[in-house]
Order: sequence, then C-alpha cells, then structure tokens
Amino acid sequence: MSAILSITSLRTALEVGAIYSLVAIALFISFSILNIADLSTDGCYTLGFAVGASMTLAGHPFLALPAAMAAGACSGFVSAFLQTRLGVESILAGIIVNTGLYTVNLAVMGWSANLSIFGSESILTIAKGLSGAAWWQKWHELVVLGLILMAAALVVALFFRTRLGLSIRATGDNPDMVRSSSINPAFTITVGLCLANSLTGLAGCLIGMLNKSCDINLGTGMVTIALASLIIGEGIMGRRSVPLRILGVIMGACFYRLVIAVAINTSVVPTECFKLISALIVAVACATPQGKKVLSLQLRKLTLRKKGGA
Amino acid sequence: MLNISHISKTFNPGTVNEKRVFTDLSLHLDPGDFVTIIGSNGAGKSTLFNAIAGDFIPDSGSIEVNGRDVTFTPSYQRAKHIGRLFQDPMRGTAPHMTIEENLAMAAGSGGWFSHMSRSDRERFREKLSQLNMGLEDRMRQPVGLLSGGQRQALSLLMSTMNPPWLLLLDEHTAALDPATAEKVLELTQKVVAEGKITTLMVTHNMRQALDLGNRTLMMDNGGIVLDVKGEQRGKMTVNDLLTQFKVGAGKNLDNDRLLLSE
Repeated sequence: MSAILSITSLRTALEVGAIYSLVAIALFISFSILNIADLSTDGCYTLGFAVGASMTLAGHPFLALPAAMAAGACSGFVSAFLQTRLGVESILAGIIVNTGLYTVNLAVMGWSANLSIFGSESILTIAKGLSGAAWWQKWHELVVLGLILMAAALVVALFFRTRLGLSIRATGDNPDMVRSSSINPAFTITVGLCLANSLTGLAGCLIGMLNKSCDINLGTGMVTIALASLIIGEGIMGRRSVPLRILGVIMGACFYRLVIAVAINTSVVPTECFKLISALIVAVACATPQGKKVLSLQLRKLTLRKKGGA
Repeated sequence: MLNISHISKTFNPGTVNEKRVFTDLSLHLDPGDFVTIIGSNGAGKSTLFNAIAGDFIPDSGSIEVNGRDVTFTPSYQRAKHIGRLFQDPMRGTAPHMTIEENLAMAAGSGGWFSHMSRSDRERFREKLSQLNMGLEDRMRQPVGLLSGGQRQALSLLMSTMNPPWLLLLDEHTAALDPATAEKVLELTQKVVAEGKITTLMVTHNMRQALDLGNRTLMMDNGGIVLDVKGEQRGKMTVNDLLTQFKVGAGKNLDNDRLLLSE
C-alpha cells in the first residue's frame, strides 16, 4: 500500500497551494473586505496566464509578472467601473466582465485555445539554473512561489494599515461612514478591485509558468476553489486582525490543496470530480450557520414533543 | 453660513408615487447659529438634511455653505465641511474596525499611504478621554462592541474632529436611553460651543427645542411654518409653540413621538 502522500505530491500540492493562496487573498479583499461578490475571477485568472505566457514567449520572463498583474488590475477596473459609475449590480458586473474576458483571453493567446511555454525562459527556469544541487532542482519552484506569495501577502497586509487601506476596509463595513469621511466609496471600491484582480492575474501567470502549458478553460471554477480556501481560512482564524486573516486564507488554500492531493493519491476521489467536491465544500461551509439554526430548532421541537407525549 | 434659496424637489415625478417634498423653500443661517427644528410626521426635516448634505440634488434653487455654492457638489465632498449625526447610532461608525481605526478615518490626515502614528494615537486618546466613557482604554477594540450611546458619542467625536462649518443633528439622541441621551446632548453642546459650529438639530422634544440653541424652526408639509428667535423665543412656552404652529400650519401639530412635557 502506498503512503497517503508522497513527498512529490506534497510538494506539488504546496506549489499549487501557494498560487491558489494568491487568488484566495484576492477574494478575501473583494468578498470579505469589500463585501462584493466579484465573479470575474475565472476570466481574470486565465487572463493572467495568457498575458504572462505571451510575455514569457516574447522573451520577457521578469516583465511577465507585472504585466499579468497590470492586466488583472485592468479587468478589476472594468468591473469596478461598471458597478460604481454605471450602476450595474456587482454580481452582474463580474459575470459580464468574465464573459467578455473569454474573447480577450483568446485574442491575447493569439486566437488559439492553448498556449505552451515549454523551452522558453521563465522565472522558474532561471531560478532552477541558479544552483545544480539536487535538492534545489526539486524544490526551487516551491521556494520561488513561496517567496512571491510571502511578498504579496506582506504588501497586502501593510497596505490595509494605510489610510487608503483603512478606507477600503470601511467601505465594506459602512459606506455611509466612508462618505462622511469625505472619501468617495466608488474610488475605494475601484482601488480594492484593481488590487484583488492584480493578485488573481499574478496567480494565473504563475500557474502558467509552473504547468508550462494551459488552455483557455484554465480558470473555470477558480472562483469556487478560491472561495473554498477563503471559507476554510476564515473558519481557522475567525474575525481577527487583517494580517492573521490573510495567514488564515493562505493556510486554507494550502489545506484545500492537501486534501485534494490526498484524495488523488489514495484514489478515493477521481480527478474528474474535483470541481464537484470544491462546489460541495463551499456549499456546505456557506450553509453551516443556517443549518445549525434549523437543526437546533428542530431538536427543541422534538424534545418538547417528547415531553408533551410523556 | 448656510443659505438655502428657493429649493424645490419632487421625487418620482410623473409616477403614482410622485411626492412633492419642497416647494420654494428658503432658509438662512448666520455663523454660530444653533437652530432646533421640530415638526409633524413627514414634514421634511430629514429630507431637508439630506438636501443640505447632498444625498439628492434639488430640482431648482441653490444651496450655499459658507459662501460656496454646493448645489451640485457630491455628498462625499460636502462632508468635508458638513458633519452629520443620525438617529441610528450604527450609521456613523464602521463596526468591524477598531475605535482608533474609525478615528483615523475621521481625522483624514496624511496621504493615502500614511500610517497611524504614535502622535495620532495620543491625540485620539486625549479626545476619547474627554467623553468620560473609558473608551480611551479600549482603542483597539472593534466599535461593534460598544453600546449605542458610546457609538453615538464616538460618531459625534468623529464628525467634529475637524470642526465642520455646519453640523446636522437628526434626532441623534432619540434612540438612546434617557441618561445616555442627556450625556450625549451635553457633549454635543460642549463640542458645538467650543468650535462655534453652526448647528441644525432636529428634535421631537418640545422643551429641548426651546431650551437649546438660539433659534427654533417648525416645519410642516415641506415648508417652514414658524421661525422664532431672540426675545420672542426666550419667553415662549411649549403651549405657545403649539398655538403658534396651529396658526402657521392651519392644523394641530401631529407627531406621534412628540414629547410635550414642560
């Protein structure tokens, strides 16, 4: 019988977990902080990959990261513009942008449904070349991705302590109060969504570098996976300070990936079922508070009925 | 300080829900005025505040604050010079942010990327200690944990931290228990007097309407039906006020929350 998790699967799980953490942090910003359901994540993730891969193929391995982030920020700007300036319902704005991005992504990928960067120089291949040591050959990807994740998490945590960051947090909490502080909530929502989607774009770019080849449907279901990570993370940390909550979200994303890895390794769940599993996790987690209420009410009724009968 | 000239406003024009709230309403306030407003149900007191604060733009007429025409200025920009407190203590503060974070938002000092400094914290602590509510020792607690009265006192502190030109108080003590209400009202008078802030206050307490400030307005059906100040006001009793209202509005004052007690 094979082990529950081999070292290789563990490493891969953490690598992907680090990338998913970025998307989960993005959703933490839009969903938890701004209180906006931004459903453009799927398209934005693919956009990050498309832009990052194109830049890598064009011979700019380092520029690929900021380019993917900028592309993500643009996508965030469009959904923010739709909801703050044009009065489109936020959920609808995300769906519209998501649909539009499909074509944009195809265009960025040169009207082909998949893109491969095999043989091109990416930041991961450059990192690999830094040392010939056997352990580095195996672990360099996790180290690079971990460092990028740490840097991103640190920047986000510090950002939410600035006046602009506080204003964004207040926007999700009480927009009236933001307005009476002479700050336009439309502005803070725009900045928040740009920041969130730039992280999603970065994640898409990194998954492209890790997998070396992706297709146009890369992002499908990403919003649900990231939400699952976010909900697990918020469950771990609860309502604490922003840095701790970000840490919780990262732990949630890694935990989620580990569960998936164990499931693959032990063949309990076939690979094809992951989207269903993540949908179930989100549904169950979201339904838990209501479920608890209903359950306790039914239990009370039951005990009362028993007493009445006796 | 405040100059409202000939504003009119109709909501939902041309529909069955058409509601004409103001017809040619004018109001002038001198700097340092403390005006109390009393009126019947649906007289347009809160709507007047909404117009001044910029929640909607009147169909005609203009609004000037401190000599600046703000008729078309968005509400968040007006908020720089117009402070506002609502009846609901929850509206003025962000519940999931700490007391000091709320105060930092209200202080609004520094650039977008500035952090709260030690001197900011010292300043907040000093301001909070003036409330005598022990909040200065709870600065890192979320505001959601505070009682209604504490939240309202904090809102008052926040909206007057940078003294506004104009302070709008919309029954801001009505949702508080009597003891807390009195305390918040005391604080209000203190803050207003210290900053010489021009103030408009809606109240449903007739006695309060006459005791506080230097001028009293009575509103009915979107218009100002009575405006008393100076000597005439000093001699008025609650009964006089009711009689005068009947003369002005042609009907009895009808407000189901009105406190008539002397």
